[in-house]
Amino acid sequence: MLVGVAAASAATLALTGCIQSQRSDDGGDSAAPSDVDSTFVFAASSDPSGLDPAFASDGETFRISRQIFEGLVGVEPGSADPAPLLATEWTSNDEGTSYTFTLQEGVTFHDGSEFNAEAVCANFDRWYNWTGLTATESLSYYYGSLFGGFAGDENALYESCSADDASTATVNLTRPFSGFIAALSLPAFSMQSPTALEEYGADDVGGSEEAPEYSEYGEAHPTGTGPFVFESWSPGSEVVLSANPDYWGEQGQVQEIVFRVIDEPTARRQALEAGDIDGYDLVAPADTAALEDAGFNVMQRDPFTILYLGMNQTVPELQDPLVREAIAHAIDREALVTQVLPEGTEVASQFIPPVVNGYNDSVTDYEYDPERARELLAEAGYEDGLELQFNYPVNISRPYMPNPEEIFSALSSQLEEVGITVEPVSDEWTDYLDRMRGTDDHGIHLLGWTGDYNDTDNFVGVFFNGYSNEWGFENEELFSALTEARQIPDPEEAATAYEAINEQIAEFIPGIPLAHPAPSLAFDPRVTSYPASPVNDEVFNMIELSE
Amino acid sequence: MLRTIGRRLLLLIPTLFGLTVLLFFWVRALPGGPAAALLGERATPEAIERINEAYGFNRPLPEQYVTWLGRLIQGDFGNSIETRRPVLEEFANRFPATVELAVMALIIAVGVGIPLGYWAARNHGRLIDHLSVGGSLVGITIPVFFLAFILKYVFAVQLGWLPTTGRQDRSVDATHATGFYVLDGLLTGELDAALNAVVHLILPALALSTIPLAIIVRITRASVLEVVNADYVRTGRAKGVSQGVIRNRFVLRNAMLPVVTTIGLQAGLLISGAVLTETVFAFPGIGAFLASAIFARDFPVLQGFVLFIAVAYALINLLVDVSYSFIDPRVRVQ
Repeated sequence: MLVGVAAASAATLALTGCIQSQRSDDGGDSAAPSDVDSTFVFAASSDPSGLDPAFASDGETFRISRQIFEGLVGVEPGSADPAPLLATEWTSNDEGTSYTFTLQEGVTFHDGSEFNAEAVCANFDRWYNWTGLTATESLSYYYGSLFGGFAGDENALYESCSADDASTATVNLTRPFSGFIAALSLPAFSMQSPTALEEYGADDVGGSEEAPEYSEYGEAHPTGTGPFVFESWSPGSEVVLSANPDYWGEQGQVQEIVFRVIDEPTARRQALEAGDIDGYDLVAPADTAALEDAGFNVMQRDPFTILYLGMNQTVPELQDPLVREAIAHAIDREALVTQVLPEGTEVASQFIPPVVNGYNDSVTDYEYDPERARELLAEAGYEDGLELQFNYPVNISRPYMPNPEEIFSALSSQLEEVGITVEPVSDEWTDYLDRMRGTDDHGIHLLGWTGDYNDTDNFVGVFFNGYSNEWGFENEELFSALTEARQIPDPEEAATAYEAINEQIAEFIPGIPLAHPAPSLAFDPRVTSYPASPVNDEVFNMIELSE
Repeated sequence: MLRTIGRRLLLLIPTLFGLTVLLFFWVRALPGGPAAALLGERATPEAIERINEAYGFNRPLPEQYVTWLGRLIQGDFGNSIETRRPVLEEFANRFPATVELAVMALIIAVGVGIPLGYWAARNHGRLIDHLSVGGSLVGITIPVFFLAFILKYVFAVQLGWLPTTGRQDRSVDATHATGFYVLDGLLTGELDAALNAVVHLILPALALSTIPLAIIVRITRASVLEVVNADYVRTGRAKGVSQGVIRNRFVLRNAMLPVVTTIGLQAGLLISGAVLTETVFAFPGIGAFLASAIFARDFPVLQGFVLFIAVAYALINLLVDVSYSFIDPRVRVQ
């Protein structure tokens, strides 16, 4: 089987060219026109967790990594689909256990060393050979969970890597993994300079027993192939990057990026209004209209999220499928989306967004029907009403859940309408997660997920790959269907399998998919174009500034 | 005097030791742990377990405490879980920012509070007195968080006079030697850098100063009222001592004792007030860092920082006690 993507490569180039041609200046290599302030200031909600993306799993770190680093696989602009980046194309064997990558030529790392097949293998070997602290979720979350483990681990997916020639590398896996290529688009799997990794002791994160410490590399020497080069990091204040004069691709207008740390959401809005920053992410739904009226550019990413109402089946009432179906009919998702969720949000019918492989257009859907809900409750023996604990987090905003308090109050009044009395239980975010994942002390609850990359397993597999405290049910049929689907290398076959799984989930009703909220970004009027991406693959060399 | 100070410092040791016990167990009594905070939605019981295992958080609490204390005595405060840097280094990097902010807030609180309190007392029962008493009541009750946003909205967003966040503009070419940006600017002769840092301090310091300011006004007023009616003031007046001498040497000096005590206490409290103010102004001091450490359940940072703050608080109080003997020669520090 051949999974060639040369066509996609050409499409990307054409698209890049298209964006380029819209520019007022002639783009090119170096300086921006003198009338444009080429420093772009973006508010980050926190410091990065480090500068080595292989040891990170959070959005603020990845936002910075995407400017400095590139992976073998990138993302099609504006979509969630994998696209060529440092690899111009790739092929796999029929079993899906061996991938051969053809590499972009003439690419150098920021330290001047050459990007080639040996560098690719050095990166794969680095990840695979982590041990101790480096092999825990707090550092190498993505490698650990997507590659099944490390050297010596019987579940390890990675087998070996060989540099066939300078621009061809082959990666062998122990078993097929349908999400392999898509997963490589994560910044955690960026290509880093082997010489810099070695020189600055990237894996020396020993520290004291309670917590790892930064390696010199992870604190001050991130070295990739991307359009921006690391300049400085003042913890608590800012991270500064500058344009890479030797970038192999298009450099764009922005010559300097400042990521300014502003933890407080209202403070980010005020900083934009005062002209201190050029843009920020995760605009509160209540702020979007006011900012737009004041002349700021507010844009939505295509939703790549899912917000759901989970149901814990260790609660006896929720074990009854009739009760779960009744709750599904009691919820008016349309009203929820229009009343409390941000513009651009789509109503959900299943646990994956429409752009993800395996989305089932004809999945069983439970339309809003309070009358039917009451009937089902009566049938289940709750004609006199039913009381359920309803858990929700407070003082937190997630891309899929910008305002949990408002979502809770909208849903609870819908439930009360059909005779379900809600006992509200709220927690601060960390406590909330602990209660959901660590205990079975919860009832119906709000939670969700933001997709990391375009892979179905990265949604449904996260929720339903086995028994969990959050859902509290055993369903061998579903669990094994997911395990099997994960190993189908052919995307079309996988799509068919996942469509069936989505129907299986819809009939079982472990929870109710509510919506795919669209995260908003706000920019100063001088920002005329920003490459908003559903998976946050936003590289700032694509930004266009007017003044 | 020196012996007294030495004894007071020695007494600090058992106090701090008690505090380490309280702190250690209080921090661990918080629901949820660092693992859940680190992993977010990705937290599974197995992943949490592995992190706890790697970091040693699943060992018996007394054992963890002894390990921590053992390192503490050797000056090792551990590493922040969230930022992976040594706690001591994080504190040292951020403390100057908070000190600058607190000093600026104190200058406002004392500079405005004492004259206002004195003026109110001298105009006892008149409109100005009622206004300052009422105003200080508002100052005490208005939430700092709310006030900070309002100040920013008016002076930064609407009028554009002052910056919304940070300590210094990037455009300013500043040399940083001590970490105290205003001081750095003065020492290196980069006056524009010093001025820029002061400009960044104004709004957060104003927000932070309201509570101490209000309290200082009230205490000064009450204390002055008590002193002006004292016999020695009346005698002084009867003997024809000039008004200026009466005010400065008879009234203010004697009225200052309770005010100084209050200033000392408020200086310590400013650090806790800084948690909110620094967060709103994205001011990179220990307050903003402590706030994020609480959410992240960053045990080593919470333990270390609170301990440092306690030491700072104790030292400020000692300083206040020592200053009594200068203000009032009758007081001898025992």
